[in-house]
Amino acid sequence: MIAHAIFFYVFSVIAVVSAIMVTVSKNTVHSVFFLILDFISISCLFIMIGAEFLGMIMLIVYVGAVAVLFLFVVMMLNVAQQKNQWFVSKDSSGHIPIGLLISVIIFFELIIVIGGWKYKPDLLNSAKSTIETEISNTHSLGQILYTDYIHVFQISGMILLIAMIGAIVLTFRQREGVKKQSYLKQISRERVEGVEVLEVASNKGVKIDD
Amino acid sequence: MEYLNIIFHETYKILFLLIPVLVSVAMIVWLDRRVWAFVQKRQGPNVVGPFGLLQSLADALKYIFKEIIIPASSNKVIFILAPIITMTLALIAWAVIPFGVEQVLADINVGILYIFAVSSLGVYGIIMGGWASNSKYPFLGAIRSAAQMVSYEVSIGIIIINVLLCVGSLNLNDIVIAQNEMWFIIPLFPMFVIFFISALAETNRPPFDLPEAEAELVAGYQTEYSGMMYAMFWLGEYANILLMCALGSILFLGGWLSPIDLYPFNLIPGALWLIFKILFLFILFALVKAIVPRYRYDQLMRLGWKIFLPLSLTYVVLTASYLFYFNLLPKI
Repeated sequence: MIAHAIFFYVFSVIAVVSAIMVTVSKNTVHSVFFLILDFISISCLFIMIGAEFLGMIMLIVYVGAVAVLFLFVVMMLNVAQQKNQWFVSKDSSGHIPIGLLISVIIFFELIIVIGGWKYKPDLLNSAKSTIETEISNTHSLGQILYTDYIHVFQISGMILLIAMIGAIVLTFRQREGVKKQSYLKQISRERVEGVEVLEVASNKGVKIDD
Repeated sequence: MEYLNIIFHETYKILFLLIPVLVSVAMIVWLDRRVWAFVQKRQGPNVVGPFGLLQSLADALKYIFKEIIIPASSNKVIFILAPIITMTLALIAWAVIPFGVEQVLADINVGILYIFAVSSLGVYGIIMGGWASNSKYPFLGAIRSAAQMVSYEVSIGIIIINVLLCVGSLNLNDIVIAQNEMWFIIPLFPMFVIFFISALAETNRPPFDLPEAEAELVAGYQTEYSGMMYAMFWLGEYANILLMCALGSILFLGGWLSPIDLYPFNLIPGALWLIFKILFLFILFALVKAIVPRYRYDQLMRLGWKIFLPLSLTYVVLTASYLFYFNLLPKI
């Protein structure tokens, strides 16, 4: 039990400190690395409360894919200088009211959640929970997700698909004058049509490709 | 006192796993160079020790005594962290590889997800090394490898789903035991081929070694590294290759099961069978390196997204419908 408590405090301290460092650190790339550390320690916390599937999926999806793309964008666009400018210049004061508003909303949302959990202990029981403890976490998740909540699950999948298609449509543009390769054409070329012997007149030259 | 005992016991077990893995990584480097040489009708490393077996040891000694140069304009913390992360991630994944029914360090329920998660984290070592070097070639190599590894992870994930449909469990030992009747390479052969090619791309092996293509990028993300830090990248890379071979043999070649359940073959312990299968897959890896020329980058991306992804998704649908129609879905 003591070891459990020690691990819990270690991971949660790392999570909180790295979450603070995400916003505080001046280098954007360092911010993303702290974000990754935050994700990893939170997935460790998930594993500690027995939600092993959720913890692993968190690692695979957020750390393995989403954060890589974050890092990609941050490195490519070189936003490090922009962030420094925000800190220094007077424009930064314009962001403060909006940021305050959002953080107040999130704070009250958290209070509602914690209050509901603290002062109405039967709230958890009222939600229909069919989680059995004998089978593994993954099995019980699957059994609930694909029976009771199948419609919600599929709707969320559809929303993600629409978001994906939307992103592709927004960034897609048809460019003019781009030469494309046809792999089928390349493979099916034969020697007879590929090689051509031409008589080249002296000082004239000849057009071989169009 | 009791905690100390547990810690001592676990450390002993971890060392018993890690030291053979590290030694076999050194041996596998020798094997790789040797196979490569034989395909090209050369001798390969054959001077140090019998058949040149100690060549990797001599190389390691050379790396240890070389100076570690840290570029002045680099981001020092991340620059030093990158090879450490690469090697650590390559080694911790071995914790869940089963060498027998009981012979596994951590028999966790979500073993396959753990391996998948750790191998998807492997890209960070490369990105961090490439970015922290603060120079053009390493950065280009890092960006290439980030795009490449993220793309091929998708198809590996879907191939794993194929296997999981037939097993009904995420535990690696359950996956091996489910192949008692028939190895999954027989019903899922196309998936095995795609897995093999994706594993080549995931571990940056030739013909997909574009992150370190020496003709274009000097050595990619490793350009600025020297001495022991370079050796750690190198060890991590080969440990990852071994891990992919182990994963392939567990998913498709029946892990520690013997090929035929007959008298003389039964006596050989399961760990040895797993090692044979890993070696077999690794020799295939080495042969591919010797035979196939390097891919062009756009063709690599096209192969991952436009060919492997649709193919493996279609095969998921086929496998699921087949299992459902003939009522073969695993009972949980």
